[in-house]
Amino acid sequence: MDEPTIRDAISRVLASIAPEVSLDQIVATVPLRDQIDLDSMDWLNFIVGLHEQLHVEIPETDYRKLRTLDELIAYLRAKST
Amino acid sequence: MIEFRLPSLGADMDEGTLLEWCVKPGDSLKRGQIVAIVDTTKAAIDVECWDEGTVDELIVAPGTKVPVNSVLALLRTIGESPEECAQWKAQHRVAQAAAQATMPVAAAHAAPAGGAAATAAGRRRVSPAARRYAEQAGIDVDALTGSGPQGAIVLEDVQKVADKGATAEAKPVVGAAAAATERAVEMRRTIAAAMARSKREIPHYYLATDVPLEVASRWLGERNAAVPVTERLLMAVLFIKAVAKALLRFPEFNGFVREGQFEPSSAVHVGVAISLRQGGLIAPAILNTERLPLDQLMRELGDLVKRARAFTLRSSELSMPTVTVTNLGEQGADWVFGIIYPPQVALVGFGNIRERPWVESGQLKLIPAVTATLSADHRASDGHRGSLFLAEVSALLQQPQTL
Repeated sequence: MDEPTIRDAISRVLASIAPEVSLDQIVATVPLRDQIDLDSMDWLNFIVGLHEQLHVEIPETDYRKLRTLDELIAYLRAKST
Repeated sequence: MIEFRLPSLGADMDEGTLLEWCVKPGDSLKRGQIVAIVDTTKAAIDVECWDEGTVDELIVAPGTKVPVNSVLALLRTIGESPEECAQWKAQHRVAQAAAQATMPVAAAHAAPAGGAAATAAGRRRVSPAARRYAEQAGIDVDALTGSGPQGAIVLEDVQKVADKGATAEAKPVVGAAAAATERAVEMRRTIAAAMARSKREIPHYYLATDVPLEVASRWLGERNAAVPVTERLLMAVLFIKAVAKALLRFPEFNGFVREGQFEPSSAVHVGVAISLRQGGLIAPAILNTERLPLDQLMRELGDLVKRARAFTLRSSELSMPTVTVTNLGEQGADWVFGIIYPPQVALVGFGNIRERPWVESGQLKLIPAVTATLSADHRASDGHRGSLFLAEVSALLQQPQTL
């Protein structure tokens, strides 16, 4: 899957959870949850949303690899190829 | 005859504005049916009716602000003639006349299930979630096309416009943004009033204990790895269930103080503190919490969070909590000593779960742990029982498979 497709999916899922945030405002190298107020329910819904959009399995043990937007995109690209 | 009154919606919501009726005169009501939607500073509430009967007359018109316990409608019990209602109306003629005066011509029969999108009075059917979202986003609902039943505007319609950047179909209106700000101010005021009342009236005491979560974390991790992502559980669900089960053995933390008297509740309805994205919080109940298996509890919690944030809750969820649990979550502070939500008598708090040094059998190790706290009302219990209660919560969390 290419990066624009992944970014688009992230953007859509994020909009449903944190409508006040736009992906353009996110600094790609700073942890997401330092920039967006996501509690554990929000985070789980984010992962479920990505799963539904991109059909990628994200085990809980991988959460720590997904701290920044850059890490998330790289992870999803690797998983979806 | 039954007077259907606006139920209590919690200590910080003492009035509401009737948004729309979901029933019309002549409709027969089932227990628990949603009869009206009432807007408060925190949420649009689906008001349920717990009586069975036939709607005789809708007393309060949409758009009217009324205090809790006002008569909203008259119901006839099964087989009852309209006589008694007629008598009631005669007795309340003066008030009735006043209500009639404010009632738009078509509003008495407005918004039945098969009603038109625009009533004769010009009101459009807009779902509460859509209305609230539009207000937040500064979108004028009158400019939208509805895709719901009978052309009603639903959340999706508003979101679609919001996604487009609110350009072509609807113009952002300054008035709506101002209304959202005003609502935020109003919500802050109602929260402050309830908390000030709590601090003034309730003799609080506070306890804290550290709870090891080594076993629970491992159990949860293994369980979640074995199920699809949509069936994962959060640690918060274990906390809520453990509190609910512990309350069965410690009834003095579950119930209400009314007029200085403690009334324990036989059912456990845990109110869950949910923070709203635009600020403020609300603590609706998960009914009969102690009876729900963990996976169902998780689904209900997810649903409750979603609906709290979409501003659509049911009146029973706001009037029935017998205790409150607040969970600060992974990003939170280490401890929370909450303020009891009157007329409840206890609030259980969970702080941030993090790795901590822990000594067990003379060995030092690093394990995930959380600080559980209890704020409780001295009129109903004392610190000794409070300590035992927290110990019970901790013990239950050491056996997650039995929760």
